[in-house]
Amino acid sequence: MLTDTILFYIFAVMVLAGGILTITRRNAVHSAISLIVSLLGVAGLYLLQQAEFLFAVQIVLYIGGIMVLFLFVIMLVNLDQAAKQRQFNKQWLIGLAAAGLVGAQLGWFILKGTDAFAIATTAMPGASGGEGNTERIAEVLFSQYLLPFEIASILLLVAVVGSVIMAKKRV
Amino acid sequence: MHPITTVHYLALSAALLIIGTVGVLTRRNIVIILMSIELILNAVNINLVAFSHALKNIDGQIFAIFVITDAVAEAAVGLGILIALFRNKETVLADEVDLLKW
Repeated sequence: MLTDTILFYIFAVMVLAGGILTITRRNAVHSAISLIVSLLGVAGLYLLQQAEFLFAVQIVLYIGGIMVLFLFVIMLVNLDQAAKQRQFNKQWLIGLAAAGLVGAQLGWFILKGTDAFAIATTAMPGASGGEGNTERIAEVLFSQYLLPFEIASILLLVAVVGSVIMAKKRV
Repeated sequence: MHPITTVHYLALSAALLIIGTVGVLTRRNIVIILMSIELILNAVNINLVAFSHALKNIDGQIFAIFVITDAVAEAAVGLGILIALFRNKETVLADEVDLLKW
């Protein structure tokens, strides 16, 4: 239990420090590297909660797929002069105020809401025996959630066609 | 030392969501705005997995998979739009793209 607590704080620091660095770095490549650290922290949190399948998906898909896509576009698009210019827009004050408001709401809800769901105050349950996480996900995904799964595949098809058309020189 | 409860995960997820929101609202570079959206979606996923674990119900993780699918589609289309925008306007700064504003 003590190991879990220490690991949680290590991963939490990774997630938050990576996130803060992502939105403050001037150079977009540095932002992308910080985002990788943050996503690795999230993957570690999945593993702490016995979500092994999502852990693998997070590493393979996010860090292996999306981040390579981001870095590819950063290299493709010339960001050198953008790095020399002003980094924050003129609405940064309103933006910070809006974000602070959302944060205050969330914090208030978390403080007050612990009574609303009694489950939230109990300690995290330990590892459950029986079949593995991936088998359970597969069983539910391919029976109860079959239609959303197929719709997701259509969404991916639309995204592939859309991004190719967007990035093409002449349609 | 206190054991880690679901509330810990909720607080972490809220903090990550705020960081992402600040990034979306205040940065000028579109690439970094897209990265901030990824941060927001990851905050949502932390929440979903935490409740899935606490309630011993696998549906939350299924939903997280769908959120990841959406994140992939969004990143692909967003970066495609960014490439088209850079080809036509030679800029990646969000507030310089104001053709529809008067």
